[in-house]
Amino acid sequence: MGRGRRPVPLPIGILAGASAAFFILPLIGLILRAPWAELWPDLTAPESLLALRLSLVASLSATALALILGLPLAWIYARVVFPGRTVLRALTTLPMVLPPVVGGVALLMAFGRRGLLGQVLDAAFGIRLPFTTAGAVLAETFVAMPFLVLTVEAGLRSMDRRYEDAARTLGAGRWTVLRRVTLPLVAPSLFAGAVLCWARALGEFGATITFAGNFPGRTQTLPLAVYLALETRPDAAILLSLVLLVVSLVVLVVLRDRWLGSA
Amino acid sequence: MSLLAQVRLTRGSLELDVEVAADEGEVVAVLGPNGAGKSSLLRALAGLLPLAQGQITLDGTVLEDPGKNIFVPPEQRPVGMVFQDYLLFPHLSVLENVAFGLRSRRVPAARARARGWLERVGLTDLADVRPAALSGGQAQRVALARALATDPRLLLLDEPLSALDVTTRSETRRDLRRHLATVSGIRLVVTHDPLEAMALADRLIVIEGGRLVQSGPAAEVTARPRSRYVADLVGVNLFSGRARGTQVELVTGCALTVGDQAQADVFVVVHPRAVAVFRQRPDGTPRNVWPLRASDIDLHGDRVRVRLVGAVTIVAEVTPAALADLGLADGREVWAAVKATETSVYPA
Amino acid sequence: MNIRHCSLVAVVGLVAAACSPSPSPTPPQGGGEQTRAVTVFAAASLTAAFQSIGWAVGRADPRLRAEFNLAGSSTLAAQIQQGAPADVFASADQPNMQKLVDTGLVMGSPRVFATNRLQIVVPAGNPKGITGLADLRRPGLVVVLCAPAVPCGRYALQVLQRAGVGLEPASQEADVKAVVSKVALGEADAGIVYVTDVKAGGVKVQGIAIPDNENVVATYPIAVLKTAHDGRAAQAFVDFVLSPPGQRVLAGFGFGSP
Repeated sequence: MGRGRRPVPLPIGILAGASAAFFILPLIGLILRAPWAELWPDLTAPESLLALRLSLVASLSATALALILGLPLAWIYARVVFPGRTVLRALTTLPMVLPPVVGGVALLMAFGRRGLLGQVLDAAFGIRLPFTTAGAVLAETFVAMPFLVLTVEAGLRSMDRRYEDAARTLGAGRWTVLRRVTLPLVAPSLFAGAVLCWARALGEFGATITFAGNFPGRTQTLPLAVYLALETRPDAAILLSLVLLVVSLVVLVVLRDRWLGSA
Repeated sequence: MSLLAQVRLTRGSLELDVEVAADEGEVVAVLGPNGAGKSSLLRALAGLLPLAQGQITLDGTVLEDPGKNIFVPPEQRPVGMVFQDYLLFPHLSVLENVAFGLRSRRVPAARARARGWLERVGLTDLADVRPAALSGGQAQRVALARALATDPRLLLLDEPLSALDVTTRSETRRDLRRHLATVSGIRLVVTHDPLEAMALADRLIVIEGGRLVQSGPAAEVTARPRSRYVADLVGVNLFSGRARGTQVELVTGCALTVGDQAQADVFVVVHPRAVAVFRQRPDGTPRNVWPLRASDIDLHGDRVRVRLVGAVTIVAEVTPAALADLGLADGREVWAAVKATETSVYPA
Repeated sequence: MNIRHCSLVAVVGLVAAACSPSPSPTPPQGGGEQTRAVTVFAAASLTAAFQSIGWAVGRADPRLRAEFNLAGSSTLAAQIQQGAPADVFASADQPNMQKLVDTGLVMGSPRVFATNRLQIVVPAGNPKGITGLADLRRPGLVVVLCAPAVPCGRYALQVLQRAGVGLEPASQEADVKAVVSKVALGEADAGIVYVTDVKAGGVKVQGIAIPDNENVVATYPIAVLKTAHDGRAAQAFVDFVLSPPGQRVLAGFGFGSP
């Protein structure tokens, strides 16, 4: 960022412009094609409301689960060195790059009725996860948790650990240090990670439909509703897609400084 | 009430092997070059760095003894520490920072006590301010208040003034001295500034390369340095060699004539003021005369220090006028002379 | 791993687009003459049969090369209406074809080329001992159906209505193949699919017959679309499907005659 105003090199400007158009055009297309007259009836139709409510409940639950399971994991990755850490870290980051449907199949193999753990849960406790809301939450947690773990881990690594030393010399035990020093210092990363996790969970499709199936009110989250509405009520599909897009946009704008590179 | 510590540990390429003893009410300065192990020593005493061997005993309680598998964690040691960068918690106000130790140890009325400490360091109106808004000197005082609030038996200060600019430093040094004087318990100050060491402490210990090189009252250490480092700090020439009567044979092979009789291994101190520089070989009373070559020339206030190399390496202090007169420049061949009576010799 | 890159990927993924069904592999063609490609959008239940027809068409006319896009008929109809480049559409029911006729996308008029019937699909060995539609109501049984928007789902609801069986499935799948796979994996105890799908499901599944009086006959229409690149090639494909060799292939997979 020099003081003098130098013009942007032309090739960079053109490519950047094309790149921006690539992302903006679908949004513009959606906005232009949306049947705004039917906005209220379509969005408030029982199926839409059902899907919206389920999506919110499921994604928030998934985020909560990701926080409970992911924070300890992030802490271990950032602070503890143990053999096989690299491999374990790669494995728990896999859902980020795996095609979601593959993730869904993998979940079936583990938690399905005939799955490794699923069998035990079914036989011993009568707990079945596929085709349930809990199953949808599990699928969303599976794909979204890596976002939380990586973000928080980065925050913990970049934090100045000497603050923890200072706290200890002042008489704070390990739990107090975590509570009053470490967590407040990584709060920005925690927030960013949780929001990203929630946004990813909200938009999850492949793993949900494969593992939890599709049933209105129980497992039909907003993305699934959009997919099916595309065939019968395309206008409603466009409007519901807009809802998801607006949510994602808001998330990104809110996180712009913390996450997508502060200037 | 005293501290007795034998610290032996390895940190990266540094092997620290130091024994420190201090009595109640003592202020001890730990002096040494960068990388000598001073900070590591403090961290070990605080419990942030485990010992490989040795023992730390404070007021009769063994805080650490690897041989007997004893390790008291930092939070349970009656030790307070002021860090080089102060490390005030950025997300807490000044008052909360000072109260932190008290609240962690579940001391009742923590905040009220913290306010008391803030008053003592003169920062009452900054109680609700965040550390980011403080000046260097203010932050230093908050860090001190924070460490003192828990009433530690051993207070460790790691280069407490080095983060300040020169003008603030001297004023803060006076304040720090005042505050340290009001505190009971043992105080250990790490510094690389001899002025600071002499201003704050009663006793000096010098650590170089992880080893204790010299220990004693400040005046003695500076008058009789036992290492090049201390000599350089104080600004004198130091030679070591074997004495026989008034002749000292230096390790370099050269001989030095000194004023007092001595035997066996000795140190010889020659103040740069006592070194006279001539264009030609002087013919006079000085017993120590050498042909040397000027190597580095430094301005020190209104004096010039010239480093002369050759048979011996010695620093001479002359006036700028003399410098010009002699035409002294880098590489110039000169003669240096030191009177035997201007030397100070003491056993090694 | 670049965090920024991954979050952008997440955003794009958040625009919940329908997973586009993947095209199936095409049979190789010999000859150096101009090959004429025909893009056929066909119902999922036609997967195996049409792949076989693709080979047969190639053998009959080496220049003709068929490429398939297989998915639920309603998905395909929606894609075609949005402008997907299809030459031929083979639907599993009339209403979806009618949608396209109504929007003027069909050349000429559609012809019914096959029929199908529904069957209950269960895992091989029939572990839950299902004998008929009424058994599907058993408490604790996991039953999956196609989504109501998909022809198979619509037909299944009709069948259940005729049999007087009210049923709430555990899931409404996007296409008939998904129902079969859930049953084959053991995740579901039963589903309602076409007889052809049970046959195509292989050794992992078996079918339980639905009595004729409760069953429906699914009629499959096929048509050339106005957007066809090469109308003659498209028509040639349709003609083959309707011809005796084509019909024989379909019969081999369990389809009924039109």
